[in-house]
Amino acid sequence: MIPDLGTIALGFAFGTAVYAALAAWYGHRTDQPRWVESARNATIITLPLVALACFLLIISLLRSDFSIEYVWRVSSRGMPDYLKVTALWGGQAGSLLFWNFLLAVFTAAAMMRNWRRQRELMAYAIMVASFTQIFFLGLSLFIENPFNRLAFVSPDGNGLNPLLRHPGMIIHPPMLYLGFVGFTIPYAFGMAALMSGKLDDTWIRLTRRWTLVAWLFLSLGLILGGRWAYDVLGWGGYWAWDPVENASLMPWLAGTAFLHSVMIQEKRDMFKMWNMFLIVLTFCLVISGTFIVRSGVISSVHSFAQSAIGPLFFGFIAIMFVFSVYWLSKRHEALKSENHLNSFLSREAAFLYNNFLILAILAVVFLFTYYPIFSELITGEKGFVGPPVYEQATGPLFGALVLLMGVAPMTMWYRTSAQRIGMGVRWPALAALIFIGVLIVLGIRDWRALLGLWIVSFAAILTLLEFWKGTRGRMKAKGEPPWTAFATLMGRNRRRYGGYWIHMGVIVMAFGIISMELFQEQTQIRLTVGDTLSLGRYEMQFLGASRFPGPDDLLITQATVDVYDNGRYVGQFYPRTELYTRTNQPMTIPDARSTISEDFYMLMINWEPTSSNQATFRVYLNPLVNWVWAGGIIFVIGTLIAAWPDRKEELVTVSRPHQTVLAGGD
Amino acid sequence: MKERLRITDYGLCFTFCGLLLTLLFLTAGVAMAQTGEVTDDEVNAVAKDLFCPVCESTPLDVCPTKACADWRELIRTQLAEGKTRAEIHDYFARQYGDGVLADPPKRGFSLILWALPVIGVAIGGVLFVRYVRNLRREGDAAATAVVPTTLSPASAASVLQPIVPLEASGDYVSRVEEELLARK
Amino acid sequence: MTDTMKVSEIESTELAPAVETTAKRGVRWTAVAMWAVALGVLALLGWGLIQANAPRPEVGEVAPPFTVEFFTGYEWQGQPSVALEDLRGKVVVLNFWASWCVECRYEADVLENASRQYAPDEVVFLGVAYADVEPNSLAYMQEFGVSYPHAPDLGTRISNSYEITGVPETFVIGPDGKIVYVHIGPINQTTLNRVIAQAMEGGS
Repeated sequence: MIPDLGTIALGFAFGTAVYAALAAWYGHRTDQPRWVESARNATIITLPLVALACFLLIISLLRSDFSIEYVWRVSSRGMPDYLKVTALWGGQAGSLLFWNFLLAVFTAAAMMRNWRRQRELMAYAIMVASFTQIFFLGLSLFIENPFNRLAFVSPDGNGLNPLLRHPGMIIHPPMLYLGFVGFTIPYAFGMAALMSGKLDDTWIRLTRRWTLVAWLFLSLGLILGGRWAYDVLGWGGYWAWDPVENASLMPWLAGTAFLHSVMIQEKRDMFKMWNMFLIVLTFCLVISGTFIVRSGVISSVHSFAQSAIGPLFFGFIAIMFVFSVYWLSKRHEALKSENHLNSFLSREAAFLYNNFLILAILAVVFLFTYYPIFSELITGEKGFVGPPVYEQATGPLFGALVLLMGVAPMTMWYRTSAQRIGMGVRWPALAALIFIGVLIVLGIRDWRALLGLWIVSFAAILTLLEFWKGTRGRMKAKGEPPWTAFATLMGRNRRRYGGYWIHMGVIVMAFGIISMELFQEQTQIRLTVGDTLSLGRYEMQFLGASRFPGPDDLLITQATVDVYDNGRYVGQFYPRTELYTRTNQPMTIPDARSTISEDFYMLMINWEPTSSNQATFRVYLNPLVNWVWAGGIIFVIGTLIAAWPDRKEELVTVSRPHQTVLAGGD
Repeated sequence: MKERLRITDYGLCFTFCGLLLTLLFLTAGVAMAQTGEVTDDEVNAVAKDLFCPVCESTPLDVCPTKACADWRELIRTQLAEGKTRAEIHDYFARQYGDGVLADPPKRGFSLILWALPVIGVAIGGVLFVRYVRNLRREGDAAATAVVPTTLSPASAASVLQPIVPLEASGDYVSRVEEELLARK
Repeated sequence: MTDTMKVSEIESTELAPAVETTAKRGVRWTAVAMWAVALGVLALLGWGLIQANAPRPEVGEVAPPFTVEFFTGYEWQGQPSVALEDLRGKVVVLNFWASWCVECRYEADVLENASRQYAPDEVVFLGVAYADVEPNSLAYMQEFGVSYPHAPDLGTRISNSYEITGVPETFVIGPDGKIVYVHIGPINQTTLNRVIAQAMEGGS
């Protein structure tokens, strides 16, 4: 009954999406706005229908209805209810349905919010967004229907993949999906601008917030994914340059380039073609990333099992690629904006340098990620590129990017004199150099670390100075107390200072990443009960271990250890291994003494209760790893500041499309 | 004039700091001692950059499977025999294919992993610089061509405004203040 | 503000003809580059998809060729190595195993017994060790008293070309060089006898 209803809801949703695309096309072609309006209503109706399907699947999961194949595959009776709900995105079919739901949310929201503003673009935007929706709904309905029945009756299900039973994993996929799906909106409006020939920056202004929101979710997804890896995967790190991780990093990079370069178009009406290209690139990376994750083209720990959606998905990508490039090249002439620079040292030039560096990183990551396919094609052997190669290649580029990030806010539109920049940077450069001197005195000798930390601290000082200069300016001009001045400054220039806030987040993360890359220490040793090991200033005593059943099919082996920091007792910790007995899948769950300066991260990798009272431990000293998370939080707050809806600002931008003169930032 | 003198001061300062850095580098000497027993740490240091085909995308040093444990034992044996990290990596590549190396060997097709980024960024950089210079030239052309001919004197002044006065004033604070006042 | 706005509008219209000539040349080049990249990436993805979905060597297909070098102490007709082509006219039982694999232990004796049961010039048994370290392989073979030839899979090439899903896995190849039977997991005596008989009939 419920599964039938679910399939019917999906069927109707598919129908409304098809109707929306056709009605928009017909209405536009025959110039009947009523049809376009009807199409828009259809996109909005799609949402409750897909939501109903999701709801029905969740109900089935909660009721452990194992007559449904998907429910049987990803859940089991013993699972807690919250995991049953999140099992909605624990497998291919369910996550596709969830993806559809998010896409419907974004489309409906964009249609409702932007409806009054740009009618010319709407018909095309509906067509593009609906086409995407049709494709994904088609997959859900015909290929990977989550409501498919099982041929046999099973008393219990398989249970959720152990890797996905962690709190971090509960919110990480939805965030990534939101980010991925979110880019459909700016892409749809960009394509609408191309198809309608209305090539001014209307589409950019319409979708600026949507882009920022999509980008925010993608960033959150990346950060949470890192946190999840750190907490669950048990290898002491947060980023492994895994193809699936790269698949979400690449659209993020392209989106970052886009967010920067649109500002040139908004301010100076230049690089129209380039911006259009970047949003198309972002969307293409989103769908090809989804493709490689879901079709098993490049295998990875995270990827879904091989499935039948591959060929269809490939067809979709091919259509989207060809469609995008066709319109890009068709409108190339019309998009030809008269681009020119007044100086190499100007805000617009700085954005170009930023774009160059980001795209270079993107190209490198792309090459390495797709290298296995490439190599198999040419040599017949599947090659492999490990983290060291990625780090060598992207490290210098990231360094240059952070350096630029520090200096660029000092440039102004049109031109800035070298003298002014020189005056602006010399004190911070010197201060950063003194900081490095202190580090050398403290015993740091690695030149990569010193260079990296110099760049990062230099950029940090410059970014903080931006806040300081703005605040001081207000204090002087308005006589406001510092905090009021700071708050008003942020409030009034959300986009600019939100951006600097994001930069600050990146800088804090960079401190953490450099330290983790170059100064992580680790040791592995077998201990008998009562023995201690030491690493850095920490000492860990092994007190014993026990084995007991956990919830569901879990068998937990937990060690108890005392940790001493410089001889001072700081507490008892419980690194453990978990065995999911149904699938026989082991997991090593760390425990960590976590402080602002470092994590003492403990793993128990082996316990031999019968042969001896020994256990093998692997401990890491992860310097400044909490800075990575703290930087992530700052980053997200900054994005929220920049993306927060602001009625006044929107009116301002709409009435003054080309703010040219004094606004140095934004 | 005064400005130039001050810059020289900083130059001196920079030089001094540079000398200081060099000195510290030179005094830093780290020596590694070799001991008899092969520890887990030494094994892991070699295993870190190997990936066994049984567990894809998981480095050998943290992979929990029995196959990987066997591989690590082999590394231990080879280390005890006095083989170097490079020799062991070579052995594994020969035995199990180049796909086990995190750092692919710099020969044959995998050379593109180094060549393409370097050449790509270099060519991209040259094209980019040429493009930007071209933009710059057009910028000059635009500034000289458009402003005097097509505009009224008043608007011409406003075009030049961002170029000239900001250069001259050079005071960030006043600029921010002005802007903030303008936004009021 | 309004003045400057006008300016940029004027700029963009007035200057357009001047840039036109350089623009035209750029157009075609950029468009070609975009098409090339898009189609290239599509081709790569498509090829990857075909590769990923490629069916593993199936019954009835010609078995992928390979050459193996046996572990020390093993030989086939006095040779330290053998190529699959040299075994045409004979039934080949190709078994993938590893010392770390628990299930392989269930079938080790089965295979050994079977190898003794058939005449060596009619049915050739070949063991290929997958992702296994040599000392452990040797110890395993000694433990089970394996007499038929065994070889390491150098470069993991054979396992890749047969696209094995894991170990143990057994391929029975007929005298004509075509695959007669694929078995995933430990094989038992009855099945083995049945398929070998089938392979010998099919070939003659």
